[in-house]
Amino acid sequence: MLKVNDIHTFYGKIEALKGISIEVQEGEIVTLIGANGAGKSTTLKTISGQLAPLHGSIEFLGEAISGMPSHAVTAKHVIQVPEGRRIFPQMSVRENLDMGAFLRNDKEGIAEDLEKVLDLFPRLRERLAQKGGTLSGGEQQMLAIARGMMARPKLLMLDEPSMGLAPVIVDVIFETIKRLNEAGTTILLVEQNAAMALQVAHRGYVLETGSVVLQGGGTELLRNEQVRKTYLGEV
Amino acid sequence: MSVEFGIIGQQLVNGLTLGGMYALLALGYTLVYGILLMINFAHAEMFMFGAYVGLFTLQGLSRIEFFTSSGPALLLLYVLTFLIAMVVTGILGVIIERFAYRPLRHAPRLAPLISAIGVSLFLQNAALLWISSRSIPFPVLFEVRTFRIAGANISSMQILIIVTTILLMLVLDTFVSRTRLGRAMRATSQDRDAAGLMGVDINRVIALTFFIGPALGGAAGIFSGMYYGNIKYNMGFIPGIKSFTAAVIGGIGNLRGAMLGGFLLGLLESLAAAYISTGYKDVIAFAILIVVLIFKPGGLLGESVAEKV
Ligand SMILES: Nc1ncnc2c1ncn2[C@@H]1O[C@H](COP(=O)(O)OP(=O)(O)O)[C@@H](O)[C@H]1O
Ligand SMILES: [Mg+2]
Repeated sequence: MLKVNDIHTFYGKIEALKGISIEVQEGEIVTLIGANGAGKSTTLKTISGQLAPLHGSIEFLGEAISGMPSHAVTAKHVIQVPEGRRIFPQMSVRENLDMGAFLRNDKEGIAEDLEKVLDLFPRLRERLAQKGGTLSGGEQQMLAIARGMMARPKLLMLDEPSMGLAPVIVDVIFETIKRLNEAGTTILLVEQNAAMALQVAHRGYVLETGSVVLQGGGTELLRNEQVRKTYLGEV
Repeated sequence: MSVEFGIIGQQLVNGLTLGGMYALLALGYTLVYGILLMINFAHAEMFMFGAYVGLFTLQGLSRIEFFTSSGPALLLLYVLTFLIAMVVTGILGVIIERFAYRPLRHAPRLAPLISAIGVSLFLQNAALLWISSRSIPFPVLFEVRTFRIAGANISSMQILIIVTTILLMLVLDTFVSRTRLGRAMRATSQDRDAAGLMGVDINRVIALTFFIGPALGGAAGIFSGMYYGNIKYNMGFIPGIKSFTAAVIGGIGNLRGAMLGGFLLGLLESLAAAYISTGYKDVIAFAILIVVLIFKPGGLLGESVAEKV
């Protein structure tokens, strides 16, 4: 479904991605793990069109999407839920969700999806009229995911959805990711919480300073000695 | 007693008229700042440019006999004049953004600022060289009547300006809060990258912003021409500074704040002129505004500064 082939992305003269290649098949949860600064967010931003790669290609469903502006990538239903949630703070929860469906005009479908995401996160239903900026961190993350789902993603890319959240909420978020995937959404998940990410993922890639250093099945990586030492904090 | 009230009432109406022009011009500063965090120094020239386009349109159209043949036709003439001048000024705004600001979008923040000053100088000098270095009379084609209400003299011109200004503001407010494009504008001003991820074409929103702001500023310029009876190549300078201040007082980036700030500044100025001294009206108005900013640094309706950054 998604084929990222040897992309190099720069911030000015700094080469943040030094030739990354990853693939995501339809129906999968694929995770990118790695330390802070490894290039995980840069990879997602390059796919979503916020950054343009200097070399390399990105294909989605057989179509080249590298170098497209982000609104055009969104139109392909490749949806990124950005790091730090990036809720519109002055807009109500309802308006934030409407923004997720910005490019759609199938009224009934939108209403249907609104019900779906509110069933998924009942806490958002109680807060529909509340300003996004006044929500708690966990609620904002739920809203960010719900907003992403309002675009009917074919590929949903989540950047560190568990960051800064209490363990109970982290469980809710990972549970939701699993449920969304079971209901048919393909997911590319970026996480620093490697243990949880590898538990839900079918496959994973380990990034280090802009390169893929390891890849494999989720459970396979969980058992990998190097992964255990570096990312799961075992001695 | 009634004399006292007459002066206050008079100054309130004068202040609202002046304030309406400031408010319309202030909206352009605040719209652009809200989206790009940039102070568009060339915006004052939209006031001037709109007035000139308005004048030429009015002169051109009034040669067609039909437009001066009856009351309704005259009204149509003015509506057309405003529409054409606003659209043309809006298009100029879009062109300026496209060629003077967009190439500098990722440059250090000082660069677009300097570019804006360059555009401003260019437009002023173009008007000076190609049109005139002197004031040009701005004709009024309808009879201005004066009503005496509770001791105050209120002209039909003032009523026209105040009512039209409020109408334009209502249209803008409705557009921004209720339409899809308006929502895209608000989203872009709150988080540009996130808006892009929602599918908003950021460049289109920025172009739209640079259409609406100058269109409103151009309308304010025509009002100024109609109210004072003449226009000049540098007529944008002082109202530009005042309107920018009005936008800051209201809370820059906040639309209703710009409206409030504009009217407030107009009222303060008029009251200061009547009760204290005409020569010191600007000093007094600005002194009060500085006091406001000391106690509310983010402006009256703005978020606290810490929040914005
Ligand atoms: N806006 C930026 N400007 C310059 N360098 C950046 C910027 N964003 C990220 N980087 C650098 O790019 C590298 C990868 O960053 P990032 O993709 O954010 O890592 P991760 O998401 O894995 O923590 C890091 O070295 C980081 O310092
Ligand atoms: Mg990151």
